[in-house]
Amino acid sequence: MKQYSYYPGCSAEATAIGLGLSVEVIAKPLDMELIEIEGWTCCGSTPYGSVDELESIVVAARNLALAEKAGLDLVTPCSSCFVTLYRAHIHLIDHPRLMAQVNQALAVAGLAYHGNLRIRHLTEVLSNDITPEVIASKVKRPLNGLKVAPYYGCQLVRPRYGTDDTEFPQSLDRLVECLGAEAVYFPLKARCCGGALTISEESRVLGLIRKLLDNALENSAQCIVTPCPLCQTNLDAYQSRVNSKFKTHYNLPVLFITQLIGLALGIDSTSLGLNTNIVSPGIVLEYILRQEVKSGA
Amino acid sequence: MEPRIGVYTCHCGSNIAGTVDVAEVTRFAQDLDGVVIARDYKFMCSDPGQKLIKKDIKELGLNRVVVASCSPTMHEPTFRRACQEAGINPYLFEMANIREHCSWVTEDKQEATEKAKALVSAAVSRVYYHEPLETREVPINPNTLVVGGGIAGIQAALKIADSGHKVYLVETSPSIGGHMAQLDKTFPTLDCSACILTPKMTLVGSHPYIELLTYSEVEEVSGYIGNFKVKIRKKAKYVDADKCTGCGICQIKCPAKVDSEFEAGLGKRKVIYTPFPQAVPNIPVIDREHCIYFIKGKCRACEKFCEVGAIDFEQQDEILEVEVGSIIVTTGFEVFDPTPIYQYGYGRLDNVVTSLEFERLVNSAGPTDGEILLKDGSHPESIAIIHCVGSRDEQYHEYCSRVCCMYSMKFAHLIKEHTDAEVYEFYIDIRSFGKGYEEFYNRILSEGTTFIRGKPAEVTNIAETPEEKGKLVVQFEDTLAGLQRRLPVDMVILSCALEPQPDAGKTARLFNINRSADGFFLEKHPKLDPVATMTDGVFIAGCCQGPKDIPDTVAQASAAAAEVLAMISKGKVEIEAATAIIDESICTSCQACLLVCPYSAIDFDEEKKVCRVNEALCKGCGACVGGCPSDAINLKHYTNEQIVAQMEGALV
Amino acid sequence: MNTFVEEVAATPGGEHILSCIQCGTCTGSCPMASEMEYPPRKIIALIRAGMRDKVLSSSSMWFCLSCHLCSCRCPRGVKPSELAHALESLATQHGYRVKGTRTPAMYRSFVNSIKGNGRVHEFGMMLMFYLRTNPLAALKMLPVGLKLLLHKRMPLIPKKVKGKEDLSRIIQKFREVRSN
Repeated sequence: MKQYSYYPGCSAEATAIGLGLSVEVIAKPLDMELIEIEGWTCCGSTPYGSVDELESIVVAARNLALAEKAGLDLVTPCSSCFVTLYRAHIHLIDHPRLMAQVNQALAVAGLAYHGNLRIRHLTEVLSNDITPEVIASKVKRPLNGLKVAPYYGCQLVRPRYGTDDTEFPQSLDRLVECLGAEAVYFPLKARCCGGALTISEESRVLGLIRKLLDNALENSAQCIVTPCPLCQTNLDAYQSRVNSKFKTHYNLPVLFITQLIGLALGIDSTSLGLNTNIVSPGIVLEYILRQEVKSGA
Repeated sequence: MEPRIGVYTCHCGSNIAGTVDVAEVTRFAQDLDGVVIARDYKFMCSDPGQKLIKKDIKELGLNRVVVASCSPTMHEPTFRRACQEAGINPYLFEMANIREHCSWVTEDKQEATEKAKALVSAAVSRVYYHEPLETREVPINPNTLVVGGGIAGIQAALKIADSGHKVYLVETSPSIGGHMAQLDKTFPTLDCSACILTPKMTLVGSHPYIELLTYSEVEEVSGYIGNFKVKIRKKAKYVDADKCTGCGICQIKCPAKVDSEFEAGLGKRKVIYTPFPQAVPNIPVIDREHCIYFIKGKCRACEKFCEVGAIDFEQQDEILEVEVGSIIVTTGFEVFDPTPIYQYGYGRLDNVVTSLEFERLVNSAGPTDGEILLKDGSHPESIAIIHCVGSRDEQYHEYCSRVCCMYSMKFAHLIKEHTDAEVYEFYIDIRSFGKGYEEFYNRILSEGTTFIRGKPAEVTNIAETPEEKGKLVVQFEDTLAGLQRRLPVDMVILSCALEPQPDAGKTARLFNINRSADGFFLEKHPKLDPVATMTDGVFIAGCCQGPKDIPDTVAQASAAAAEVLAMISKGKVEIEAATAIIDESICTSCQACLLVCPYSAIDFDEEKKVCRVNEALCKGCGACVGGCPSDAINLKHYTNEQIVAQMEGALV
Repeated sequence: MNTFVEEVAATPGGEHILSCIQCGTCTGSCPMASEMEYPPRKIIALIRAGMRDKVLSSSSMWFCLSCHLCSCRCPRGVKPSELAHALESLATQHGYRVKGTRTPAMYRSFVNSIKGNGRVHEFGMMLMFYLRTNPLAALKMLPVGLKLLLHKRMPLIPKKVKGKEDLSRIIQKFREVRSN
């Protein structure tokens, strides 16, 4: 059983509840023990850094300090949380004077951060610690040929904090393939969906969502799969807004990678929060079950 | 013998005297032990200054001289010569640097004077222990080895051979010519590359003083300046050079084809081949790795059709051992592979080509007979040329590859000559620095090529408008217009960086030369010694030293040849006397010194089981002296006695 | 060297601004370039020209999506996306009012939500944002909002977060430490 300090991120309990549920329910079958960091607070994400850069580091650092105390790797399923926490960590290591100041502040809550923490994204843990080979061995319901467009979003691969390629990454494709699905060619898979500005500048970013949906459909995708809570909400909940603005009729289900993994592991759709997906994943479920019937499973 | 020391303090105009009280230093020096006379003078290095020293040596019987002036790198040889001319051994001289080490770096005059006194005192204490040393002379073997048969190697070889001295020219591929043979026209004159190169190649092939060793590689180098021993492996060509007439039937009849290296992978060649029709020597070789006979034991068509029986499948590699006095390394460059730059689509999108590939496309002897064609055989109507691919980029090569702006503009001209296509040059800066280069830029502008200042962000085939369908789209910022734009084109040429050969590390170790941070071979001094290396007798020329155009390559090759000819003409070379010497009675044969020596100047005598310093290679760096655990090594002119005396003298 | 360049070069995210050769790769890559009055390369040019007010009152950097294509492709290692956020922070800290975008107000609502709850309470934050900027826009958002609500993705009541008070005290202390 591999243990990790789990940092869900604010949206995992709200707009990305599907991510939160599916992560927790696939952990045990994949031999992961995700121990939620007690009393974690928001990492600050992009907005805090844009309002007060130095203060945003302190806000992130509190969580780093809590995780350092626990002594395990910090794992988060949210791309933005990953980037924010990792960036704060690097910044503190590169600027010891700032670290000293931050620690003075953390001290009022009995905390301190020394830079001894590995910050990781859940997809990287699934790829490198659990590995696609092991996941494949646990698949009970192979997705037999379901055409999936693996959507990374931007913050999972940029800045280059990990090892995946920044323009044409492969790790999510491998995870999709090990489930028996087909990861379609999706050249825009690491392009931005506009998530950071969807609320404040909706009309200016809907075009970005549309480009992604078009590219996925052009390559015969039956659904999109993504690890990022913001991307999923954007592509899923705002698909109807895209349709109203551009008079289109997109109806492409967008699943969390953890939901797809859960389906392949044989877990039921409600436990995976699939009823929270706005564009109905019904067609995906139907496809998988049809294949199941066909193969006599 | 009692030391009789003369101390001379130089004013160096106001360089020293402006800060250091030279009169006081002289007074101080006069009182030191062993000092017979102390003088000061405005410019010691001048004729009258040197005369002072010589006069005193003769009239006062001086047997040691100290000059307190500038850095030894400036005038140590000058004063040593003066001593020698006056009749004392030049090593009985010591310099105290009271300029670079004192007057130029100290503000307070009092401090500077005290420091100068200490430096003079140190020099006087040291010189007491100096021993007369003799420099050795070794003869120079008049043969030369040139490694690499591109234009640099060809030029160097011809210049030396024309003087009547022998050159071994080694080239790894079956023919000489290098990258220049692959080019179409050369900038800025638009000469046909092969037309100006092949006459030189022919001269090399028939020159009585050049032994041309193609399809060969240098395996081992030992020795030192004037006396190198080189092992060359002549790879088996499986063709008897003496019998072959170059008729070419074997190449026609050979059934096996592979990608041609000469055609940059755009065309094929046979397995028995000459890389291009004007190859020198015009003798084909059999590419053993892909030959059907060597793989499966069948075929031998070439042998069947050869009318003079020149095919010899039993041929073996041959090792040739030669002795040369100098080596010129001219191994050239390789073109950057832009595959890692995902966003430019090379290797993934059709019709994205590198500069070298385009040279072959536009060359009338190339795979498309000089027609610029797209993958599907049609003619492009618009071509984008992207500058600085892999150059000026901290992710690949920080340096500028110097020739790409010029060859990119040349491409524009050739495209306009061959087709009606629109040409777009995407640049950051235009570097047209050479003779006739800016004029060439003007010419290209007036021919109607569109120059857009902006490094493209990406090349994509994902269309956003109907006009973009089926095209390659370049997305960029037109920085001068201040707009983000997308331009659909039919073909994209990537002006790729020039980089060191992939085996440059191996070559550097073989010839004992250094590499700079960018991977190219390191010259001895970037301005004042651009073709020599830290290893005496080994020279570099051409693109292996750094990216450059043909004029500069030829100039460097001639420069290297001149340095070699100067050495040959002198006939002998002086070996520095300050070398290490191993006391064989103390040596325990641990060989620590051998491992530590950066010049590979120490040999192990297997019989006597002791280490011995090769005085010709030794540079007197002292690493072995410090590294020997038994204290068996001493460094002439830097003995323990001398150094300790220097230290004690400084603590005045 | 003008002081604005020095100020930016001393801010985290702006360190490499002096290395920029104005090649335009950043603006070429930017998905929002057409929405920005001064896209990345231009902003750097304006900073080097010392146009402090023009840059900090501009809405341009607020359109940065943090997609980081610019920073990953820049041949000089400049990191324009990090620079954009550094400029946003400078602009906010020095009280510049930005016209032409509601993003600063959105980000401020986000931060207030964190300070009030310890974590972002999305519903509360959106409410605040729309009330502050444009209540009528909220009506357009209603269909999406309702869908999220109905799909259990929009909890109306914020969760009780254990570390909330600790966070407040830490932020308070940091403000003191910083001003010294």
